[in-house]
Amino acid sequence: MISFILIILMSLIFTGIVIRTKSITSGRKGPGIFQPLKDLARLFKKGSVYSQTTSFIFQLAPSVYLASILMAVLVIPLGQYKGILSFEGDFVFFAYVLGAGKFFSILSAMDTGSSFEGMGASREALFSMFAEPAFFLLMGSFALLTGYTSFQQIFHSLHFGSSVSYVLMVLATYVLVMIALIENSRMPIDDPKTHLELTMVHEVMVLDNSGFDLGMILYGTPLKLAMYGGLIANLFMGDFPLVLTIPIFLGLQIAFAVTVGIIESFMARFRMNHNAQYILTLSSVSLLILLGVLLILGQFN
Amino acid sequence: MNFISVRNHQTIPLSGIPMLDYDSFLELNVFNLIREKGAHCVNYFGFRLDGLIRLVCCIANDESHSIQVSSSAVPRMALPSFSKHNLVFEKFEREIHENFGIAYTDHPWLKPVRFPFNRFDPGSRIADYPFFKVDSEELHEVGVGPIHAGIIEPGHFRFICNGEQIVHLEIQLGYQHRGVESLFLEKNKLLQRCTLAENIAGDSVVGHSLAFAHLWESLCKHQTGDHLKMARTIALELERIAIHTGDLSAMCTDVAYQLGSAVFGRLRTPVINFFQKWCGNRLAKGLIRPGKSHFPFTRDLAIGLMDFLDEYENDFEDISKELFSLPSALARFEKTGVLTTGQALAIGTVGLSARMSGVSRDIRASHPHDAYEALDHQPVLKTHGDVYARARLRKKEINQSINHIRHLIKILAAPEVYDQNPLKPAPDSFCVSLVEGWRGEICHCAITDGKGELIHYKIKDPSFHNWLGLALAVRNNEISDFPIANKSFDLSYCGHDL
Repeated sequence: MISFILIILMSLIFTGIVIRTKSITSGRKGPGIFQPLKDLARLFKKGSVYSQTTSFIFQLAPSVYLASILMAVLVIPLGQYKGILSFEGDFVFFAYVLGAGKFFSILSAMDTGSSFEGMGASREALFSMFAEPAFFLLMGSFALLTGYTSFQQIFHSLHFGSSVSYVLMVLATYVLVMIALIENSRMPIDDPKTHLELTMVHEVMVLDNSGFDLGMILYGTPLKLAMYGGLIANLFMGDFPLVLTIPIFLGLQIAFAVTVGIIESFMARFRMNHNAQYILTLSSVSLLILLGVLLILGQFN
Repeated sequence: MNFISVRNHQTIPLSGIPMLDYDSFLELNVFNLIREKGAHCVNYFGFRLDGLIRLVCCIANDESHSIQVSSSAVPRMALPSFSKHNLVFEKFEREIHENFGIAYTDHPWLKPVRFPFNRFDPGSRIADYPFFKVDSEELHEVGVGPIHAGIIEPGHFRFICNGEQIVHLEIQLGYQHRGVESLFLEKNKLLQRCTLAENIAGDSVVGHSLAFAHLWESLCKHQTGDHLKMARTIALELERIAIHTGDLSAMCTDVAYQLGSAVFGRLRTPVINFFQKWCGNRLAKGLIRPGKSHFPFTRDLAIGLMDFLDEYENDFEDISKELFSLPSALARFEKTGVLTTGQALAIGTVGLSARMSGVSRDIRASHPHDAYEALDHQPVLKTHGDVYARARLRKKEINQSINHIRHLIKILAAPEVYDQNPLKPAPDSFCVSLVEGWRGEICHCAITDGKGELIHYKIKDPSFHNWLGLALAVRNNEISDFPIANKSFDLSYCGHDL
């Protein structure tokens, strides 16, 4: 329960922190931290306009998309404290409930019949497909290491025993940060700020959405980022009590948001055809984690 | 001699242009003049005279620093085309076809150019543009525009793609057509014409108004003083700095490099603010007037500009170093949107888009105007023809412009008193005026009647040739690289559509 509340709270200011970081690094005054929230509030007050070529799927998809993310947030624990839902194999549930949401957003993009949105949908599907093995290799390795298959139990029993496990933490953090950026279509995979429909990935899929629907889709981004931030924070909590976990959680979330802001300030995005290659390297990093786990378990003796 | 050789903005009597029959006109231009080293077509247009269509072809020769003008008069009939033999005439002939209904028998791509108000066939509509089509199961079409997501002007881009790869791009323009050329004839006050010239393309105000001013002064046999020439050169180079800096910023935006986008953007503002200080308009509107200047380039302005340039250069060098050593940005710039030297020569690109492919075309060096003779301008060349070459070229040209301005301020002549007598153009005359704007060669041609009134005014913006260069450069690139390729060319829609 506590993790759900923290993630929701964090999601309210996450993009605000990213935008603030970007405006500071570029020497601009920039909007306040709550500006994205105000924009969302404005969208939620509006009605939606639907194109005549779209069907009910297009109207359904934004709700399904947001709901899928909320469902995924339910299973995120906070160190030793369970999420609202916790069961054996919940990390598989986590990955595929997000997948279901993405599936609907792809369907709705195809539903509009626009040539751009089809392109965006195909890119999004391709990139998440490549990111999936990395996530499962990572969580699978941890499951192997700890002998558990639910988030809470895995994170609870992860401990910093040997020097190898420190390396594993660093690698795992890297993989999770990158997966978070890919799944949220952030830099360097996609540029959320671009106005160029031909280079967009996620943005182009929601070109036809407006008002309340658009609000739901846009809120999905900070929610997902905060959710992955929560997942990363869990790597560092072990069985600490609440007094420690909450500051760790908040600190890591803010550090994550600032990192996203800095990446988006100081580098250019990748060329589209380099993306697939780049995402696949995450899987090889995950393979390293698997190797490390096997080392710790003494499989090579 | 069946052609006449003129210098840049030299007025000649209209009767001085030799009239040829169409076959020898074609042979002269296609097989002789354009094949010479350093020759390129700066303008080829038609106008109605005595019931016939008078065709005038101006081929500039960079080696001999002259422009070879020849002409022919034809009735409306089917003719063999120049383009069959040399593609540089392609767009000019399409324009003649569209305006006068001359049906070329062997033109490879006889399509409408811009749907002008006074087109020959008023029944042709912009909505029915005959796009190139491919019937295929694998290929798909993506249409972009005419209304775009950004702040750019309207224009339609039709891509034929194989997945993410562009197989063919067709660019259809004409949405910005305002009838500038016919307005030049209708509006007979000089001020109105100056204002028109300034508004041909909002980003080349100095370039176009300078081309008009040269032309008008030449037609009126007016001698321009040294101070005015230098001040105009400074304005032209300042415009180049401003737009090149803005383009570098926009290119950073397109590859999502925020730091570059912010810093180059910040650097551009004080440059255009200097124009504000100089003439009360950030785009330099009102600065260039034939025969005079309402805003003299004073000592105070010169000192202010020197100080500003020092400041600018410092920051500019810093951020350029950052940009050109950033691997992620270089990965986007290099080998993207390549226009080979062969392609550039075949379609006759001009200006920046030619120099980035190793084609040395620069009016400042080949047909110098204003103070360029004194400057001994050497064009900067790049050879790869990709986005990186265009970015580097901009950077180098900015450095070069800064040096030119510094040098000019050092040797700045004393201001002269302008002759306040109204200018009166010579009757029955022809003049062609070339100016190297920041984008490339701007060409204005004027023809006067027996009373010294304009009977034809022809404008050619560098974008006219260069759009085809963009279409060729993006072939086999990824469609997601199109925006950065497009921005790196930064061509004008309204300059093309007139």
